[in-house]
Amino acid sequence: MTLPFAPWADPAAEPLIDLRNVTKRFGAFEAVRDLSLTIHEREFFAILGPSGCGKTTLMRMLAGFETPNEGQILLDGQDLTPIPPAKRPVNMMFQSYALFPHLTVEKNIAFGLKREGIPKDEIADRVTDIMRLVQLTDFARRKPDQLSGGQRQRVALARALVKRPKLLLLDEPLGALDKKLRQETQFELMNIQETLGTTFVIVTHDQEEAMTVSSRIAVMRAGELAQVATPTDLYERPETRFVADFIGEVTVLEGRVTTASRGGVGLAAMEDAPDLRVMTEDTPPAGTTAWLALRPEKVSISAARPDGADNALSGKVLDIAYLGNISTYHVELANGTIIKAQESNRQRADRRGITWEDTVWVTWEEDAGVLLRA
Amino acid sequence: MNTRTPGQRLLIALPYLWLLVLFLAPFLIVLKISLSDLAVSRPPYTPQIDLSEGWAGLKDFFANLDFENYIFLAEDSLYINAYLSSLKIAAVSTFITLLIGYAIAYALARAPRRWRPTLVMLVILPFWTSFLIRVYAWIGILKTEGLLNQALLSIGLIAEPLQIMNTTTAVYIGIVYSYLPFMILPIYATLEKMDESLLEAAADLGSSRFAAFFLVTLPLSLPGIIAGCFLVFIPAIGEFVIPDLLGGSDTLMIGKTLWVEFFNNRDWPLASAVATLLLLLLIVPIVLFQRQQMKQEIGG
Repeated sequence: MTLPFAPWADPAAEPLIDLRNVTKRFGAFEAVRDLSLTIHEREFFAILGPSGCGKTTLMRMLAGFETPNEGQILLDGQDLTPIPPAKRPVNMMFQSYALFPHLTVEKNIAFGLKREGIPKDEIADRVTDIMRLVQLTDFARRKPDQLSGGQRQRVALARALVKRPKLLLLDEPLGALDKKLRQETQFELMNIQETLGTTFVIVTHDQEEAMTVSSRIAVMRAGELAQVATPTDLYERPETRFVADFIGEVTVLEGRVTTASRGGVGLAAMEDAPDLRVMTEDTPPAGTTAWLALRPEKVSISAARPDGADNALSGKVLDIAYLGNISTYHVELANGTIIKAQESNRQRADRRGITWEDTVWVTWEEDAGVLLRA
Repeated sequence: MNTRTPGQRLLIALPYLWLLVLFLAPFLIVLKISLSDLAVSRPPYTPQIDLSEGWAGLKDFFANLDFENYIFLAEDSLYINAYLSSLKIAAVSTFITLLIGYAIAYALARAPRRWRPTLVMLVILPFWTSFLIRVYAWIGILKTEGLLNQALLSIGLIAEPLQIMNTTTAVYIGIVYSYLPFMILPIYATLEKMDESLLEAAADLGSSRFAAFFLVTLPLSLPGIIAGCFLVFIPAIGEFVIPDLLGGSDTLMIGKTLWVEFFNNRDWPLASAVATLLLLLLIVPIVLFQRQQMKQEIGG
């Protein structure tokens, strides 16, 4: 039996990258504020956040294009700060790919190896190997402008990987590709990362992409880390409303904690309705404000009130988003709150018989949502 | 479909008509004169077409045309030297212009974005003054008691005034000064549109700034360099005003020789032969330049 890959859970493990209280300012603007983070070898680590959250600055500091104003960045225990980009065992795949337009695919890939002064034969071998890995062998003699977007993306990847960096940085690597190609490429990236065992750090604003490829995700907000966790934890156990809202779809209900006991609370979320029953390990004291984050797929919708549900509320169907495999219902409660409920269309959606303006019941179990205190 | 309305035909015919009347016809006249002989007459050459004698006169006319002037040009080393000297002066000035122009274009392209229009404006600004006046102004700077010598004498860098005026050095200065904008602008255009992440990628892949310049910036600005060099080299070969005003008697350039033949010696046939050969000499780089531009357009 193999243990799951989770070096971050082992306190004795030495991290590959260790950011210690890093701050980066541009004039008066703090792009990254007192940020500490460790990334382990062989991780596929995603930095996720809305634009302007500092994720690109963080990546550029790892590459060496920006120097932190305060704090340290260690790689294998060695301080990277004074080392220029050209001398770091770190390579980057640029968002624009930054392929040299005057060089062929082959020469683009060999560029970094030539700078290292590696013997010609070895360069040829390594370039051939990596081109085979990313399926570019047939395009060796082409110039970048004779390639498709997906092929260019692979050249950029190969050019960075052929240097055998300890850390590969990927800046929105799939942003320029269309959706279908993006999904294929995500799996390709994961396979390549597993084959080579290189540590990948990917910067993205696409939460689906981050969820798919990475071992852990750091969600950034305004220069700080909102939460660092595995995709599952991030989705099922967000720590703040921001994270809950940023990852996936969610309904957040604000309420006052009325009864607090071990393992669960009662939450008064709206007038004229019984308190919501919420199971939580971290019980807030009675009288405080808390938020219940509910994922739509954990909320059921039915025409008649079902028996035995922990929480049941009645409302009116406001909107139906039919996505083929699933349908999301936006149900408006009497007090105007909108709750999203999702049903999988295992049976055809039009047979469910729920349509706009219908009065329906939304129900969920007490352990379906997450109680948030911030 | 290859059918065109009369209006379209006219539109296409206009530039051809323009070239025919203003370029081809004058050229044929010059070519004809170059095949004629010097004569004390008005105009100063024979034969001249005499249509009153009909067919026989025309036959007589063609029989009297010969390549005598071209043979003379080939035999007298003055002309060959003038051609070669023009080529040399044009080549050296193009090279100097390239070095200075590249540095300026590079600085422009790296300047803060909001300053760039102003800086480019400054490069073009001299065009607002007549070319001739600007070259005259250099006389005031370069002459023995000129601004440059006075400045150098006053700071004690030299004890005797430098003789720059009426030397080939003055011609180089004049050409480099006059044609610098033609070098700067095309190079600036290629450097300005270069993606800066390419330099970051070069650094990321292990290049020093120096190596990144030679491996990335320079090759990518090559189209601008080629365009700039042609734009300077082609007019510099035939340059007449600058060597005439700034160069001394020892500066041999074909444009000046042409002027002397036409206006001092009044030898129109020989001058026409010089002009025809100059044109042929220029056609080679012009054709090369056009090809390069075509390649650019197809490639870009």
